[in-house]
Amino acid sequence: MYKYARIEKTLMHPKYVWQLPVRFYHWINALVVVILGVTGFIIGNPPGITTVSEASLGYWFGTVRFIHFVAAYVFFFNFLFRLYWGFVGNKFAKWKNFIPYTKAHWVDMWDVLKVDIFQVECSKNPNLGHNALASFTYFLTFIVFLLQTLTGFGIYAAMSPSWFPQLFAWIPSVLGGDIATRQIHHILMWFFVLFAIVHVYLVFYHDYIEKNGVTSSMIGGWKFQDKDKVEREKD
Amino acid sequence: MGIRRKTYLEAAMDKGYSRRDFMKLGAMMTAFMGLESSMIGQVTKAMEKATRIPIIWLHGQECTCCSESFIRSSHPLVADILLDLVSLDYTETLMAPSGYQAEKSLHDTMTNFHGKYLLCVEGSIPTKEEGVYCCIGGKTFESIVEEAAEGAKAIVAWGSCASNGCVQSAKPNPTGATPIHEIIKGKPIINVPGCPPIAEVMAGVVVHLLTFDRIPELDRLHRPKAFYSRRVHDTCYRRPNYDAGLFVESFDDENAKKGYCLYKMGCKGPVTYNACGVIRWNNGVSFPIQSGHPCIGCSEENFWDNGGFYKRLPNFPGFGIESNAYKVGLGLGIATGVGVAAHAVVTNIRKRKLIADGECEQTNVES
Repeated sequence: MYKYARIEKTLMHPKYVWQLPVRFYHWINALVVVILGVTGFIIGNPPGITTVSEASLGYWFGTVRFIHFVAAYVFFFNFLFRLYWGFVGNKFAKWKNFIPYTKAHWVDMWDVLKVDIFQVECSKNPNLGHNALASFTYFLTFIVFLLQTLTGFGIYAAMSPSWFPQLFAWIPSVLGGDIATRQIHHILMWFFVLFAIVHVYLVFYHDYIEKNGVTSSMIGGWKFQDKDKVEREKD
Repeated sequence: MGIRRKTYLEAAMDKGYSRRDFMKLGAMMTAFMGLESSMIGQVTKAMEKATRIPIIWLHGQECTCCSESFIRSSHPLVADILLDLVSLDYTETLMAPSGYQAEKSLHDTMTNFHGKYLLCVEGSIPTKEEGVYCCIGGKTFESIVEEAAEGAKAIVAWGSCASNGCVQSAKPNPTGATPIHEIIKGKPIINVPGCPPIAEVMAGVVVHLLTFDRIPELDRLHRPKAFYSRRVHDTCYRRPNYDAGLFVESFDDENAKKGYCLYKMGCKGPVTYNACGVIRWNNGVSFPIQSGHPCIGCSEENFWDNGGFYKRLPNFPGFGIESNAYKVGLGLGIATGVGVAAHAVVTNIRKRKLIADGECEQTNVES
């Protein structure tokens, strides 16, 4: 019975939000972060080998490290590309979304906290792209991306003579040696784990509550907006 | 200033070494400096003409392991040249004079060879309570180093104490132990970290200074590149085991007997810059990893505070002794998972109406 009501009340208006490069960035990033996380954990604490073997017969640990390093390059350049797209992309991709430099940003953020996180209020300003709190979280995420790149390539510089990692060779000496740099790299890794849990949950949550197709939007690019709210926006 | 000192060649001849021995010494020194064999002629020539450089070797907050290491420099001739051919004018551990005479020789060197002597400092400098924690002859070590540094041509900071503070500066650093380069400014400083540094590395640094009259090429932390540009890991003979994923799991297991990689036993080789894997210790006999013990990273800054010697990851600050980033992270991960699940349950209660028919109305948990 209520199904009809829902269709009537949520007459949705499709809007193209995530451009193809943004979607590509997202999924490449998701893939390499998973690869980096898994290989990173293996490198940090490799599983014990009980079979009798000689070093000359194997290279699996070297291969795991190689995959980690390749994924790190992809991660970094993909990240750089996203920063670039923050200047040339559409309004949902623009860098302005991510840095809370206006009062409106902070008001909206407080709104999201009240409505979605603590659930003490019911309605908030509609938004089509990222909500204010999500944008700010992504801004913090980008900072962690940067730190993870700096520490990662900083440790890697000792292992590669090529020019690109050598650009980061100064980092361990600033942070107090490779041990300290490695420690930071390990701690920040957990940010990605926590982020992934919360991120995936909130995507499901918003799709469920707001019925705006946010999950599929990162595949097709389209989001859905309440028809009333679209009308209101036009006024 | 009118005091003429013997050249290395003259001093060696006086001691009865043949020219052939002297040439051998030149070749050996070239190798120790990390130079190629085509440089032997140049090094030997430099040593023929160079005069003995006066050295002031101060001891502060330290255990004298640097000196102990140094005097064990593996080739007798090396020990000879460094103890006889340099003019070691003042060093608390080895000098003959004591008391007034000792202080006088220190003072004489500082005035007679102002701007020409080499200052070697072994040990860190305590700075708390105006440096009272290390006093020699009624003066604080800080003031002694400052005074001696003023007229020094260059300063060598021996060992981890002088380079980065070592055990004295470990938390909570009760005496305010401070490495040399944080106190002395405006002088060339060479850090030779290690607890202790390798004897031949120390000899190599001194010889480089003596023969070429200039400091060796240094890295960002003022360490000589010839000895500190590569990680112990890079020159470790067990490295193939690392790449093959063959690790020692405990000190008494089969893998340990086979000589697998000590990475999981907390080896700091991958994060430690030193020449142990190449030069080794005690006349090249062995080095820690070769004898089955993980590298403890003794030439790295803060190695006492970076967790246990047998752990790969340091403790996580503020979370107790057995915490590391992995354990804290896992805890946070579980907490986040629980939080997310709780939020999902609350959502289904509070936003029941909204989910069911789009009515914007909260449902109280209590009702």
